Amino acid sequence: MLKIERITKIFAPGSINEKTAIDDLSLTMNDGDFLTVIGGNGAGKSTLLNCIAGVFEVDAGHIYLDQKNITFSPEYKRSKYIGRVFQNPLSGTAFDMTIEENLAIAYAKAKTRGLKPGIKKAEAKMFKDKLAQLGLGLEDRMYQKVGLLSGGQRQALTLLMATIVKPRLLLLDEHTAALDPATARQVLHLTRQLIKVNELTAIMVTHNMKNALEYGNRTIMMHEGRIILDFAGEERAKVTVEKLIEQFSHQSGEILDNDRLLLS
Amino acid sequence: MNTLVLIDSVELGLIYAIMALGVFISFRTLNMPDLTVDGSFVLGAAVSAVMCSNGNPQAALGMAFIAGCAAGSVTAILHTKLKIQPLLAGILVMLGLWSINLRVMGSKANIPLINKATVFNLLDGTTIEAYATMVIPATIIIIIMLLLFYFLKTELGLVIRATGDNEQMVRAMGVNTDTTILVGLAIANGMVALSGALIAQYQSFADISMGTGMVIIGLASVIIGEVIFGVKSLLRRLIAVILGAVLYRLVIAMAFELGMPPTDLKLVSAVIVTIALAMPVIKERLMTWRKRKTNHQGEVRKSAEN
Repeated sequence: MLKIERITKIFAPGSINEKTAIDDLSLTMNDGDFLTVIGGNGAGKSTLLNCIAGVFEVDAGHIYLDQKNITFSPEYKRSKYIGRVFQNPLSGTAFDMTIEENLAIAYAKAKTRGLKPGIKKAEAKMFKDKLAQLGLGLEDRMYQKVGLLSGGQRQALTLLMATIVKPRLLLLDEHTAALDPATARQVLHLTRQLIKVNELTAIMVTHNMKNALEYGNRTIMMHEGRIILDFAGEERAKVTVEKLIEQFSHQSGEILDNDRLLLS
Repeated sequence: MNTLVLIDSVELGLIYAIMALGVFISFRTLNMPDLTVDGSFVLGAAVSAVMCSNGNPQAALGMAFIAGCAAGSVTAILHTKLKIQPLLAGILVMLGLWSINLRVMGSKANIPLINKATVFNLLDGTTIEAYATMVIPATIIIIIMLLLFYFLKTELGLVIRATGDNEQMVRAMGVNTDTTILVGLAIANGMVALSGALIAQYQSFADISMGTGMVIIGLASVIIGEVIFGVKSLLRRLIAVILGAVLYRLVIAMAFELGMPPTDLKLVSAVIVTIALAMPVIKERLMTWRKRKTNHQGEVRKSAEN
């Protein structure tokens, strides 16, 4: 359903800071796949998601979503089919608006927005039920501004907003990295639950190798803008974090010295 | 202050409140410092004066609104499509509008409307004729406030408000932020022009330089409203802006009564806005200063006890 054909993304081409963030990368995903992506800093994980989401236009190659070529379609158009949760809990919501208003904006995603009331009665009831399912007590705070929520609550809300209209593809960009460990676990469980219930196709970037192997059905490791490891099925079931580190050194010819990857 | 001055100030305040609501949309809702206002206010007044001279005072208000929308759209396009900073885009359009306004006014710097029919003559012959200058602005501002309140809660209104909070989120929700900024700035400047149109009819003339500093007056009204009447809910914020605009006029009238020369008006406006903008910093400094003082006293006491 997602097909990425030999894409390349170069930042600041021709300058002294030129950096090839994505290097001739190809990737195909099937319906219902839950792909986890790991890699060190600067490996190109976030850039890959941003290229899929349309934040950056790629310099070469093509991206197809459901056989449709979306390589040059602008970010806001792709967003109708792609749900996103960002690393920064502030990025996914409008802080000066209420929880209910934020959900209403998300729920109108597929529609053309006009002069009809932004929140309808029946929808408000549905928002409340969906919030209750998160188990965070947010259903009693519908009229409070999102700015009052904690990071974890915001990420949970952003997850709900990204999935309230079923997206064809869900992109999670280290969405638990800014949270404390207990909250991160809670949000990850919620992520898995939402993906399962809605039968979503998802890509999750993480810096936590354990999480990468624990969640989803396929894992890729990126290095210098390329995919250097790709596990799925039985092979993936046997992989441990130690094996992953060993494989990384073998494949990249470098020793994995990324504290962030190793310590988490 | 005598009653007549008081009533005059409230009337003027209610008309300027339309402009203040426009400034509220650009500065607060879209979070965009839009300086087009100084030009679009005069554009509204110019259109209004010319059409009044031709005997169309009601249609003049509608045309002024549309002209203001056009001016705001140009600023929005300069910013979103040509990536010019909002502040600069506004200044460019304001500059260009000066020439356009003169063209609208037939190359005259001033159009008097003595003995011309205006919307304030609408109630002539009724029992409330004497109160027309109060009733008409009050009716218009209430209608506009309710329309704006409804609009900001529509599907489109919600994403316009969200654009000021977080553009990234709005794009992730499938909305083109170029469009929301365009619609927002168009409506904001449409309202500013409408306000200018009414002022021209109220004071019976339009002048090429009547818009100077208008954005600061609008901002002062918004901030005074926020500080005194609060920001709790959307409706309350809109009402606060209107009351802020009236209060600003009353303060200015009071200053005149106390003998301030009219030429100092702009300086006073600038000072009011500066103080209002500096409020958060001043409050914080004061808090730190107090904390330090009480801490220090605590330490002195402790050492005395030892």
